[in-house]
Amino acid sequence: MDIAFVLTQAITQAIGVTAIIYLLATMGLNIQFGYTGLLNFGQIAFVAVGSYGIGVFVIYRGWSLWASILVALVLSVILSLILGVPTLRLRADYLAIVTIATGEIMRLATKSLDPLGGSQGISGKMGDDFYALNPFPEQDRFEFGPLNFSRNDLWVVVVGWVVIALLLLLTWALMRSPWGRILKGIREDEDAVRSLGKSTYLRKMQALVLGGLFGTLAGIFWAVAKQSVQPDSFVPDFTFFCYTILILGGAARVLGPVLGAIIFWFLLVFIEQFLILLVQGGTITFLSTTQIGPIRFILVGVGLMLLMIFRPQGILGDRKEIRLDAR
Amino acid sequence: MPGDIQTQAVAALAGLPTDPGVAKPDPVLVANAVVRRFGGLTAVDVEHAEFQRGAITALIGPNGAGKSTFFNLLSGFDKADNGNWTYNGVEVSNTAPHKLARKGMVRTFQLTKSLSRMTVMDNMRLGATDQTGENMLLSILPFTWRAQEKEVTRRATELLERFNLAAKADDFAGSLSGGQRKLLEMARALMLQPELIMLDEPMAGVNPALKQSLLDHIRDIREEGTTVVFVEHDMDMVRDVSDWVVVMAQGQIIAEGTPTSVMGDQRVIDAYLGAHHDQQLTATGEALTEGKQA
Amino acid sequence: MHRGATRLVLLVLGAFVALFALSGVANAADPSVTAVVTDADKTPIPGVAVSVTSADGFSGTGTTDDEGVATVLVPASGKYIVTVDEATVPDGQSIKDGPERTVNVLTGDKKVFFPVGSGDGDGGGDTGGSSITLSRVLQLVVDGIILSLLIALAALGLNLIFGTTGLTNFAHGELLTLGAFTTLVLNAPPIGLNIFIAAPLGVLLSALLWGWGQNQLIWRPLRRRQTGLIAAMIVTIGMAIAIRYTLLLFFGGAPRSYEQFAGQPGVEIGPVFITPKSMVLSTIAVVVLIATVLWLRNSRIGKATRAVSDNPALASASGVNVERVIAVVWILGAGLAAYSGVFLGMTQNVIWTMGQYLLLVLFASVVLGGLGTIGGAIVGAFVVGITVQLSTLIVPTELKTAAALALMILLLLVRPQGLLGRPERVG
Repeated sequence: MDIAFVLTQAITQAIGVTAIIYLLATMGLNIQFGYTGLLNFGQIAFVAVGSYGIGVFVIYRGWSLWASILVALVLSVILSLILGVPTLRLRADYLAIVTIATGEIMRLATKSLDPLGGSQGISGKMGDDFYALNPFPEQDRFEFGPLNFSRNDLWVVVVGWVVIALLLLLTWALMRSPWGRILKGIREDEDAVRSLGKSTYLRKMQALVLGGLFGTLAGIFWAVAKQSVQPDSFVPDFTFFCYTILILGGAARVLGPVLGAIIFWFLLVFIEQFLILLVQGGTITFLSTTQIGPIRFILVGVGLMLLMIFRPQGILGDRKEIRLDAR
Repeated sequence: MPGDIQTQAVAALAGLPTDPGVAKPDPVLVANAVVRRFGGLTAVDVEHAEFQRGAITALIGPNGAGKSTFFNLLSGFDKADNGNWTYNGVEVSNTAPHKLARKGMVRTFQLTKSLSRMTVMDNMRLGATDQTGENMLLSILPFTWRAQEKEVTRRATELLERFNLAAKADDFAGSLSGGQRKLLEMARALMLQPELIMLDEPMAGVNPALKQSLLDHIRDIREEGTTVVFVEHDMDMVRDVSDWVVVMAQGQIIAEGTPTSVMGDQRVIDAYLGAHHDQQLTATGEALTEGKQA
Repeated sequence: MHRGATRLVLLVLGAFVALFALSGVANAADPSVTAVVTDADKTPIPGVAVSVTSADGFSGTGTTDDEGVATVLVPASGKYIVTVDEATVPDGQSIKDGPERTVNVLTGDKKVFFPVGSGDGDGGGDTGGSSITLSRVLQLVVDGIILSLLIALAALGLNLIFGTTGLTNFAHGELLTLGAFTTLVLNAPPIGLNIFIAAPLGVLLSALLWGWGQNQLIWRPLRRRQTGLIAAMIVTIGMAIAIRYTLLLFFGGAPRSYEQFAGQPGVEIGPVFITPKSMVLSTIAVVVLIATVLWLRNSRIGKATRAVSDNPALASASGVNVERVIAVVWILGAGLAAYSGVFLGMTQNVIWTMGQYLLLVLFASVVLGGLGTIGGAIVGAFVVGITVQLSTLIVPTELKTAAALALMILLLLVRPQGLLGRPERVG
């Protein structure tokens, strides 16, 4: 193992399945938090709806993947309504508390209820309908310079980025429209928007639903790519990673989440692998390889704090804009 | 013809009795038995109030008299414990604030609510009503709203020019001075083409130079046929611009009348002198609050 | 900005150095694995065979003594598999969650707990609803009251901080964890203070270090910079993650327990089982809660605290030193949370995630009771604590937290200001 290997690993992760999952979920948060100011701390709940929708309906019910995707998206809308109705008329932190609570309720429920897989989760070929469409020639590995993908991974990654590109386009179109203008107005001052004759409740709900659907797509993608759904993957920290990505890249910027996700995963994997390299090479002796796992979480936590304090506008943010942010 | 509507309003109000809640010849807004309590404190307890169409009505009173709370109730931003009020003869006591605004009853706020991280132009555009592009599904089809957007921008540009903000159109609203924000908020409210505009302390924190231009704007707004109701502390301004003055103290309306008659009214003098101490104290308190938020 | 940055870097460095030092002394002993086998009432079970193996061929065995404890020395730090021979457990009972655990031994002793599932109560993950008896309900109510006290202590601090600063502190659970670990460091070798000294000292140290220190190093500068409340809330999330994983890094992921009273057997009082330590800890909790409420009600600074919660600008204008009040609130909040952590650590065990799991229950309590109100935190805590325990009568044990959270969401629908909260003033 050498530094080139570390770099390759980091680049693969930065454009790979994990980054795509987090990116999709973060793009949803960007609509909710970045543009509208809604504090959804339970994006993981929407992701779980996507993953479990696929797992339960494809594996347990034997439905086709496409029908299951549809059901998952409908369930996602229902979840948004359940979350939004009691909280969207209240102050921002209530939504935060209710969403994070819902994420935990769902994790605990899937873990203890056998019809949802129980503590073992659901495994099985839930992505077959998708992989059957793989147009790439039958061969084991595809190499692009130092990067190298299996046939299915390549298909997953390519489709993932195409979907992301389309959703970015959608986000861009929405946010430059008068509708997007209302969302930004709600973020700045909801009462002002109401005094101008706009229903803010409706728009907040729409933003919640739309952002939730992005999260559910992330979950669907997760289930298809990993062909397995584990309850303990759906922890609250997932959402907080997404917030770190969003703030790193720049909230309320169409490309903010993309930049954030790529840099975030590159750095995280690079640092982790580099530390492992140093420990195994004997350069660092006061750590064992098992201690490196926590270190990357510490980095995320400290990174989120520092970003929020010193550069809340992120990489793509406007300096001028942030001087106004002394709210 | 400038001054026409003013003449009519002054004529209509001339000779009315000065009792609290006196009936007006052509009221646009009528309130009955409006009560709002916060815990043990009754912040607003207004038996009856009418606001004359086409007039500039000032709502004055010592600090804590319940003026702003009364405003919040009438505009739907706070829920009354009791009472009802009609706008153009239609009961609107339980109408949501955004629906009231769409009916032509638009308000501004004491602490300006300019949308800081949006441009001045976007602030203005947000004020226009019935925009096709505000529908989520149509918003991704620009051809459905582009023409309207152009028209909205044209109107916004006109208003910004009138309010001397045209040069700032592409700046963030948060970069404006306090007075400019007041102007922007007023201009933005005019984007709704209101029939009744309610201004909550339009002069608070505005420097004297801008005050005069704000006064002129208020007069202009009325001359275009919009009824104006405003809350104010500055007595000079009240005397200068208003046709009718409603005085509140301790949640109740204690007197009404033309500016000159109200200034000489014993009830008003008592309310102000009685609250003189309080006035000083709260003025300091307010300065501190603003210092903290600035 | 520059000074703030320096301060923050210093804080992070300081925390790392402190923890390095602490964990160094705490873990200086030879690596070993200790298995603790207890029955459902936490009574130790002697004579159970335990084996420890590793992938590189190490194998060792031991048998639990009268305290239900078996210690096996291992050659080096690394991954070990600890297995209990279920055939040696009396009455053919089995170990909850299975007889095998994989543990990561760093340095020093690693405790592994093997609770025996006796088939009822908190046994398996199945619905316990089959037999709702009076004694079981009473037992759950007692457990619920104990949990309520624990929650109330932490929730009170959470609400005071929210009330005075507007900050929704997502790192409040970590104040609890830090309190438990600070006490653990004082209690474990080589410092080895008896828990009677370690606990009050740990609570005091936590109040100063993690309460006053945190406010001084992070929140005071941030208030000066006028960082928004939402930004501050996200800062607390980052901090929670950082603290949690720092503890994992230095103390490992296995549950630990204090040196004294770890396996104290329960006593039967009428139809309910309760451990003497729970009774003592609960009594102290009640006294602390009452004292705090009285203090807030009657003392000068307590009144000032409530004044600041009501209206910071007005309080400041009337001569209250708002910054001082906030500092006091942080010290008090961290101290209460630390005691709650020690309470939890003594009745269950000390683990890096203990505060994280309690955080949502805390939020449920304060939202139920009324965000920012003093009485609300306590009332909410009791509603939530008892709901959590009683819910196991009808839902699987794992879902008991979910029951409290669901209750909170339902209440928000009908009474958003909480049970004791007042509707908010607008405008």
